[in-house]
Amino acid sequence: MSLGVFGTRHVQALLGSLGRLARNPLATALTLLVIGLALALPAALSVFVIDAQMATGGFGDAIDMSVYLKSGVPLAQAQQLATDARERPGVARVTLIPADLGLQEFRKYSGFGAALDALKSNPLPTVLRVVPRRAASSAADLESLRRYFAAWPEVDTVQLDTEWVLRFNAILGVLRRLGLITAALLGAGVLAVVGNTIRLEILNRRAEIEVTKLVGGSNAFVRRPFLYTGLLYGVGGALLAWVILEAAVLILDPSVTTLAQLYGSGYSLQGPTGQVLAGLFGGGMALGWLGAWVSAHRHLRGIEPRA
Amino acid sequence: MIVFERVSKRYPNGREALTHVSFGIESGEMVFLTGRSGAGKSTVLKLVALLERPSRGTVTVNGKSTGTLKARHIPAFRRQIGVVFQDHKLLADRPIFDNVALPLVVAGAPLKETDKRVRAALDQVGLLGKEQMLPTELSVGEQQRVGIARAVVSKPPLIIADEPTGNLDPDLSLEVMRLFRRFSDVGVTVLVATHDQHIVRELAKREIVLASGEIQGDGADPLPHVVASR
Ligand SMILES: Nc1ncnc2c1ncn2[C@@H]1O[C@H](COP(=O)(O)OP(=O)(O)OP(=O)(O)O)[C@@H](O)[C@H]1O
Ligand SMILES: [Mg+2]
Repeated sequence: MSLGVFGTRHVQALLGSLGRLARNPLATALTLLVIGLALALPAALSVFVIDAQMATGGFGDAIDMSVYLKSGVPLAQAQQLATDARERPGVARVTLIPADLGLQEFRKYSGFGAALDALKSNPLPTVLRVVPRRAASSAADLESLRRYFAAWPEVDTVQLDTEWVLRFNAILGVLRRLGLITAALLGAGVLAVVGNTIRLEILNRRAEIEVTKLVGGSNAFVRRPFLYTGLLYGVGGALLAWVILEAAVLILDPSVTTLAQLYGSGYSLQGPTGQVLAGLFGGGMALGWLGAWVSAHRHLRGIEPRA
Repeated sequence: MIVFERVSKRYPNGREALTHVSFGIESGEMVFLTGRSGAGKSTVLKLVALLERPSRGTVTVNGKSTGTLKARHIPAFRRQIGVVFQDHKLLADRPIFDNVALPLVVAGAPLKETDKRVRAALDQVGLLGKEQMLPTELSVGEQQRVGIARAVVSKPPLIIADEPTGNLDPDLSLEVMRLFRRFSDVGVTVLVATHDQHIVRELAKREIVLASGEIQGDGADPLPHVVASR
């Protein structure tokens, strides 16, 4: 068999399956809706997680700690400490905020200028603002970094300013797991739906399958249109899930933007990324094909031509 | 082409349809299979087409023993046999063209050749021009001829037919049998089960007579009463 003939057969099987689905629009639409919803839910979770991660990517710089030096540590020594701190692995940047500068800024932003003028000496300590590397930003890494600085004799206290970012990341971690579990459960659902739909289709076309086997159709030949049907269910379901996702983003975005603005962020929902779409279509097609294959394998075996 | 060696066939319900049946059919031969209803004619054909396997004995078709043929070789085995059934087994929701083309499609024939061969086969059974009609739009006799066109379309080396003229008028019956004879003239082996003594006499071909699952007569001059009195 030439490659051209091989291709022709597959195109024929594909068009045949497409035609069959189009001839039963209601049944096809219902099946697609079920598959689409099942695919949309885990995809929506992953869109949310990815968007939220991008948002906290903006907070990446916000993960930092303030190392307060004891008052009376001279500036030159503070500078030496900053240099030492920069050499510590896991540290991305260290900014030295001398007490004078801290006071200026406080005066500028706090509105307590007059009160400060009444003070004889500067009450603010010199501060090292330490930004850890992205790769060393887990809760455990941050804790060990905090201890490290806290052990220095010149250090008064170390304050982790951004615990909420860690909590948020932990929540994202939970959501990511939840997404995986949802994907697994609903994926099994898609398998079952496609498998059952294909099973009914096989029963409906029993006579045709018998005759096809009678004239020498191989199992692969008989199975092919059902596999394409499964594949088409997967593609159609993924398309529908995409539409559902975009619609959900459209509806949710204004309120999310408002919420983000309240937190002083310009963040807005981005919709499914290429990665999510690839997962959606890849997953949909794989599940559709697999469901059809399992069903065809199980139910076609029993159909043999009779005279 | 076909060899039955002491073949017995017992159906799952315990009914023994054939007992110790032996015969051989040469390549290019045309043979009639006759006998009363229930004698086992269809069973013989089912054993040839590998719709059933023998319970005992061996059935060899084109050099292959059907008893031991692996399941994955069955499609290729069936592709070399054109089968015409009593209830013609057409796909009701497919046009005539698709029905006749099916053996070529499963064999992966190119589209152009498929088109040409389907028309030629329909022409041979006098149905050219009805390609786009559905089987239900044809008379029973026409449907039977579509079944015949489907059996011959891929030019198989062996054609088996179960009552192919059951629903045809005498003239048409004879014409269909002559069509089969033309195939056997060009080297195709043809095995036809029939009740139609008139046709068997008219074509004067070898006749194998079955009675209650056993061979009662096998000869080229096949008047059943002659055979029975031998
Ligand atoms: N699938 C089956 N299961 C059980 N018994 C069967 C089956 N098919 C046929 N038989 C039995 O085997 C015997 C032979 O049947 P077969 O169909 O071969 O006869 P036949 O010669 O073709 O008859 P007819 O001329 O009526 O078509 C019959 O007694 C029948 O009851
Ligand atoms: Mg019969």
